[in-house]
Amino acid sequence: MTPVARLLARWETLLVIAVLGLVVLGTALSPVFLTPGNFANLIAALMEVAIMALPMTLIIVAGEIDLSVESMAGLASAILGFLWAAGVPIWVGIPVVLAIGALGGLMNGLLVARAGLPSLVVTLGTLALFRGLALIVLGPRGISDFPDAFTELGFGRVPGTPIPWPFVIFIALAVLLGIMLHRTWIGRQIYAIGKNAGAARYSGVRVTRVKIGLFVLSGLIASLAGIILTSRLSSARADAGAGMTLTVVTVVLLGGVNIFGGSGTIPGVALAVIAVAVMQNALRLASVTVEVQSIALGSLLILSVVIPTFAHQAKSAIDRVRGGRPPPADSIKQGERAAT
Amino acid sequence: MLKSLGRTIALASAAIVVFAACSNGGGASTPAGGSAAPPAGSAAPPASAGGSAAAGGITVGYLPKDIVNQYFAAAKTGMDKAATETGGTIVQVGPNEPKADLQVPFISDLTTKGVKAIIISADGKDEVAPALKQAMSAGIKVVGFDSSPAVGAYDVFVNQVDFSGVGVNLSDWACELAPSCTGDIAILSASATATNQNAWIELMKTTLAGDKYKGLKLVDTVYGDDKPEVSTTQAQGLLTKYPNLKVIVAPTTVGILAAAQVVKQAGKSDSVKVTGLGFPNDMKPFVADGTSPVFGLWSVPDLGYLSYQVAAKLVSGEITGKEGETFTVKGLNKDQPYTIGKDSVVILGPAFRFDKTNVDQFNF
Amino acid sequence: MTESAVSPTIADGRSPGRWLSALARQRELSLVAIMVVLGGLVTLVAPQFLTVSNLSQVAVLASVIAVAAIGEALVVITRNVDLSVEATMGLVAYSVARVLELHALDAPAAIAMGLGLGLVLGMINGVVVTLFKVPAIVATLGTLSIFRGVDYLIAGSHQVPLAGLPPGFTNAARDSILGIPMFVLVAVVVVVIGSVILRSTRFGRQLYAVGSNPEAAAILGIPSRLVVFTAFSMCGLLAGAAGILWVMEFGTINGTSATGVVLAVVAAVVVGGVNIFGGSGTLVGAALGALFLGFIANALILVGLSQFWLQAIYGVVILVAVTADAIILRRIKRAATRRSVR
Repeated sequence: MTPVARLLARWETLLVIAVLGLVVLGTALSPVFLTPGNFANLIAALMEVAIMALPMTLIIVAGEIDLSVESMAGLASAILGFLWAAGVPIWVGIPVVLAIGALGGLMNGLLVARAGLPSLVVTLGTLALFRGLALIVLGPRGISDFPDAFTELGFGRVPGTPIPWPFVIFIALAVLLGIMLHRTWIGRQIYAIGKNAGAARYSGVRVTRVKIGLFVLSGLIASLAGIILTSRLSSARADAGAGMTLTVVTVVLLGGVNIFGGSGTIPGVALAVIAVAVMQNALRLASVTVEVQSIALGSLLILSVVIPTFAHQAKSAIDRVRGGRPPPADSIKQGERAAT
Repeated sequence: MLKSLGRTIALASAAIVVFAACSNGGGASTPAGGSAAPPAGSAAPPASAGGSAAAGGITVGYLPKDIVNQYFAAAKTGMDKAATETGGTIVQVGPNEPKADLQVPFISDLTTKGVKAIIISADGKDEVAPALKQAMSAGIKVVGFDSSPAVGAYDVFVNQVDFSGVGVNLSDWACELAPSCTGDIAILSASATATNQNAWIELMKTTLAGDKYKGLKLVDTVYGDDKPEVSTTQAQGLLTKYPNLKVIVAPTTVGILAAAQVVKQAGKSDSVKVTGLGFPNDMKPFVADGTSPVFGLWSVPDLGYLSYQVAAKLVSGEITGKEGETFTVKGLNKDQPYTIGKDSVVILGPAFRFDKTNVDQFNF
Repeated sequence: MTESAVSPTIADGRSPGRWLSALARQRELSLVAIMVVLGGLVTLVAPQFLTVSNLSQVAVLASVIAVAAIGEALVVITRNVDLSVEATMGLVAYSVARVLELHALDAPAAIAMGLGLGLVLGMINGVVVTLFKVPAIVATLGTLSIFRGVDYLIAGSHQVPLAGLPPGFTNAARDSILGIPMFVLVAVVVVVIGSVILRSTRFGRQLYAVGSNPEAAAILGIPSRLVVFTAFSMCGLLAGAAGILWVMEFGTINGTSATGVVLAVVAAVVVGGVNIFGGSGTLVGAALGALFLGFIANALILVGLSQFWLQAIYGVVILVAVTADAIILRRIKRAATRRSVR
């Protein structure tokens, strides 16, 4: 375990160095980089992605994936807008929408954990289904006359600082889920499931229950992200959040989480969020086109998997040369994980 | 694991403290527009029209609905002309798809860059409002054109055409093309949230309620999202679903072209006619072969030219956008003054009708 | 990983293989049956469904998706997935259209260039997955971003209009031979060639072997990485072909062309009975899946449901198909285990 832990530690240090480096780069590129207004810009729009990245981390560590998060956010936005336009008070609408998020997650969880279907395809299906439901509920309409108190949630700042409220929510969730993953027995179970679900089951871990719980959490948080998005843009749309899943998965993998499950940390993902936010902001201030950023993001995604793999293989090769333990059976297969 | 956890948390907190410290040193924090993650947009290099911003020349940010729609490229030719004449520069930015949440980060960018004015065609009138208001409080003049941001989020809105006039025009052309002004008609619009198209359609429906049009029946309104492919499949759907369709009305340059192509390729140019708002260059062949004998538009380059001039006048202080102010732009409106109307709206002029007698004279 | 350990595909000889192909045929027949029934119902409500023009329209549009779905099926059979097909389609479509607009190449050369570009993009995917050992979801999510980014980069704000293409280039979408639309013939030819390769060549058997039991395949000395690489390359080639068909069908091409198509392609594959666990499925199924989805889209419009129901239906269809696949797979494994125990 120790060499792996060391590897992980190195990844997070790498991220910290990357963040600091990017901050320096950003300051060099543009004098306005370190202004409070820019900090708010930098952070604000990535927060929905950041918030969804936290339960996604848990799910990927457990060996599954949830592609439907962006559509759940859209469905949340659509239902919130629909209810508001129909005269339902916003503070009633929000719990309803959160409940629906949990229900959607439950659906994913039951299909994956109870029925044993592969999460990639199930959540691909619900990606379409939830988005479709959003379109049915709200159609092409955009609802926009939300009360100021509500808009303040996504758009406002903690009084006296440039820190947006969603950032506060993100930090709070990161601490909560970080403690859950790294300090509680639930977290240990999640790691166990990710490393070897069969063995975990035989050890008494309630794999099905944990997985269902994780998907419910993911749906719930995606719904929250949809609410925040609606508040920030002051607009409810059925196509809200489109394209976010890619960024969420990218951020999680950049944070050092292994796509096969079994390893990864919340602080790593939090750092990756900051790194990506700083990078995008710096590049945009430097007028680097968004296409180049898109190419960079895609390359980063691939590199974030390639580098640990190579490092791991290099380590095994070095161990072999030293005549130490025999190299571990190469369990890194091509292609996606089969369902477990 | 513990050590690395502790270390990273410490470093992350340090970073946040650094930011917070910088913020206290800074000025008042005003709500900023968001900066988005979705990778779908483009910032073209500043198109300098006539060299760098000389004294009297200003830098204007141009943010169309999306940078792919040729309508906005046509508008830009007019803006470029105005910029050359006044020694200013234009920076065009915008998303690849006409979505409001993709437009917002560009507004913040232009604000941060410190342009003097922003000319914007809004994908969604309310979504862009907070960021625009923030730009305005930073001293940037905001000129809406083509598709208006919400009232209060712009200094002046240059409306290309009088809405109610367009509503009547579209109805008249449909009436003219349907045999004896009778039959099924359908609308193929742009995106379902576009302010301008929705307003025109509403007014068209109001007009159609009148006696003159009682033979016409509006059977459907479909949305092509200003995408050629979606517009094509929607037009095909209309033809299949309504075999008695007589006229397709497409108040969008992307939609009218797609509809005309579909009708022509289906061989139905005799029974189904296409009208709406289109570019003469696109529609010339369809006027010639009878698919689209009548359609309309306005001078899109002139629209761009006027928008830039309005921006320049706002920056120089010549106008403030108040209702009742007048100003003149040489070469437009027959050199007669424009008057700023209610909600700070300026109208370019009436829609212009194209048909086989005049379409070949135009080149845009 | 218990399921793959029980997988009997290679150990138990050909029996499950025969079962699987019998069930696959059942899946194809069920799709056809559902389409016929659906068609009948829709015609009752909207008789214009059953017209030659409508049906050819549906078939033509479905053929474009079908060609891409056939490529995707090859990848899925090896227990991988390619999410970047829509970006490949878009990039090839724009490149071909632009090259034609600039008169840099004539039509046959441009088509060859487009196919070549698709092949190269597919090979990039193959290299990332087999050489760099990046899991296919991640790799193709990454290349989806990269390829689309490159597409936006070279396209900028330009749009190639229909008039920019050589006259007659887009006619292929509307021409027909003996009453059958050209595009359908193209799709049929691709299906036939592909199915022959899959069923009668060693490569085809290797493809199924790698997908159904990678460890056993490795033990048997099958060059899994080469097989997977080839699958991705073919997928890219076919996505490129679909991109060219896209240009012929729609004419007006810009950087956003073919966005959002990946869902339809994967749905077609899943619905067509290509098992997401790998190791089974037919190209005919994938093509029929594309046709099935096209049918549904068309039926929706004609019956009067708004276009907004389409996404939800895609989702339901995917979920139903996956559930059915899982049930089938479990039954096969149970039966095979029973057999081998006996």
